[in-house]
Amino acid sequence: MSEILKISKLTKSYDDLVILKDIDLTINKGEVVVIVGPSGCGKSTFLRCINAFEKIQEGEVSLDGKVINPCKGKLNEVREKIGMVFQSYDLFPHKSVLQNMTLAPIKVKKVAKKEAEKEAIELLSRVGLASKKNSYPRQLSGGQKQRVAIVRALMMHPEVLLLDEITAALDPEMVREVLEVVINLAKEGRTMIIVTHEMSFARAVADRMVFMDGGRIVEEAPPEEFFERPKTDRLKKFLASLAYN
Amino acid sequence: MNFEVIVSYFPRFVEAFWLTVRIGFIGIGISFIIGIITAFAVHFKIPFLSGIFGIYVELFRNTPLLVQLFFIYFGLPKVGITISAEVCGCLGIGLLGGSYMAESFRSGLEAVPFSQSEGALALGLSRAQMFFYVILPEAFALSVPAIIANIIFLLKETSVFSAISLMDLMFTAKDLIGLHYNTAEALFLLVFFYAVMLIPISILGNVIEKRIRFKMFGV
Amino acid sequence: MGFEVLVKGNNLLRLFMGLYIALKISFISVFISIILGVVLGTVMTLNNRIINFICRLYLEFIRIMPQMVLLFLCYFGATKALGINLSAETAAVIVFSLWGTAEMSDLVRGALKAIPTAQYESSYALGFTVFQTYVFVIIPQIIRRMLPLSINLITRMIKTTSLIMMIGIVEVLKVGQQIIEANRKSSPNAAFGVFATIFVLYFVVCWPVSLLSKYLEKKWES
Repeated sequence: MSEILKISKLTKSYDDLVILKDIDLTINKGEVVVIVGPSGCGKSTFLRCINAFEKIQEGEVSLDGKVINPCKGKLNEVREKIGMVFQSYDLFPHKSVLQNMTLAPIKVKKVAKKEAEKEAIELLSRVGLASKKNSYPRQLSGGQKQRVAIVRALMMHPEVLLLDEITAALDPEMVREVLEVVINLAKEGRTMIIVTHEMSFARAVADRMVFMDGGRIVEEAPPEEFFERPKTDRLKKFLASLAYN
Repeated sequence: MNFEVIVSYFPRFVEAFWLTVRIGFIGIGISFIIGIITAFAVHFKIPFLSGIFGIYVELFRNTPLLVQLFFIYFGLPKVGITISAEVCGCLGIGLLGGSYMAESFRSGLEAVPFSQSEGALALGLSRAQMFFYVILPEAFALSVPAIIANIIFLLKETSVFSAISLMDLMFTAKDLIGLHYNTAEALFLLVFFYAVMLIPISILGNVIEKRIRFKMFGV
Repeated sequence: MGFEVLVKGNNLLRLFMGLYIALKISFISVFISIILGVVLGTVMTLNNRIINFICRLYLEFIRIMPQMVLLFLCYFGATKALGINLSAETAAVIVFSLWGTAEMSDLVRGALKAIPTAQYESSYALGFTVFQTYVFVIIPQIIRRMLPLSINLITRMIKTTSLIMMIGIVEVLKVGQQIIEANRKSSPNAAFGVFATIFVLYFVVCWPVSLLSKYLEKKWES
């Protein structure tokens, strides 16, 4: 397996407040890494550092051997290669589903409109939403919006996909339809870094689990080992605290 | 009320009506241009300009149009700037309106959720693309209700034009009351013509507002 | 540039007196508007169809017509139709109060409607009486919603009272014109200085009130 994303010695702080400290993580092509941890542990900030939404104070992030944060070139060229989906979907309310999906390919990658639309429709039908191509975001349920947001990110052919708590804002009955899409992406061999609170999903989709606490990576293991034989006390405590959820 | 009197006054009121509408809409056009430039300067905190435009907005939002018109029409000629009453009317509405439009555009820009810009950037759009394809259309939709309210407000404000001797609806009504004491007829025509000017715009504004709100936010 | 005329005699004082007349009329009108507006706004939440229809009609008419037209209607129309000879000041107070009441009642109605029923229910559930519910829970919320907007109404009222010169009240603009006229020979450029001063005077009065309204709005937003 070849290495695609390398994060070394990453430190992030606001003034005196250290959010992330000395993070090292290497992601291989086709690998799915799931990050869990208590709220406020810095896992979302970590994702945002990867596509340079946050400036970092020390260390670096590199994609395919090229340093992308601290970024020296154009930020939007970096972000083309790294897709990101947020908890709040962030579909553009004034554009239809199809327009939402084709805006970036047409404007950034200069793909012909016809071609972009063809690809968008293919992707939409894979997530069962081909019939919604002309709908507006307001006409979709939360789960449908999030599925559109995921395929919208795929339209840019990103090398890595970052998913930041994509089910956190959804009603429980809609969580499944979104997670199934992600599981299918994992099967296709997409490289993904996922932050989530859904443990059974994490277990099903992850090649590797990462536990963060207090701005540091505390433990890293394959899912089976991670959940059955946690090594550190902090992870044991964290897993125990989830028992009632 | 004497119907014949109304008929005989009608043409004069029609003339005054067109004068009011013409100056009003030219002024509103100017207010859009001033408003957009001001809103951009203030929103993007362009050095120097944002300060100047900020002062302008506060000055014109916090003084009456009548005072502004007096200053422009009677005051400025004394320092060598003389303009005709019509231009003064357009400029007055333009400057007053510009300060209101600027506030409306600016709060529209501020009301677009931050997550929208991140969503656009995450897709690889450049900052300029993000602004023109995502933020601007949303900001405009968000400011539509305020813009419509401003337009109606500005058209109502045109009613002070007679103070700088423009022969608008108020001027005509006052003139006819003074000349012939046909008060009831003159007042009826005054109300009638303002209703003709303002009610359709108010209704149209409501329809546009509802449409845009539905398209953007589904409610 | 014509400013020198202001220090002649008691000209500056006369301008201030003119401004005082405009401010007096606006404050009386605001006072009346707040009281009548609260009453009318509350009545409108009772959802009586006939009352609401009449109120709506009143509101729409007052809001669509320029205040200048309303002033003419009241000042010239009342004399004609009702045979009463209203003084210009009285006509101005009536018109601005009618207008202010319309604006105010809509604010009150909006604020009352915006309070979710859960607020009433949860305070009853806590054992509050109806009276206590209003005093401790509902009215404080209404005030927070309304106060910034009502203060904003004051600045609008002050700006609008500049119109009263058009029905012959000698307020600040009229005084300004008189001063310019009287000093035509000695200070031919007085128009610039006098109108610039009036411009600034209005700004000095309205701006702090606007700032207060903005400040309260920000403070109570969340």
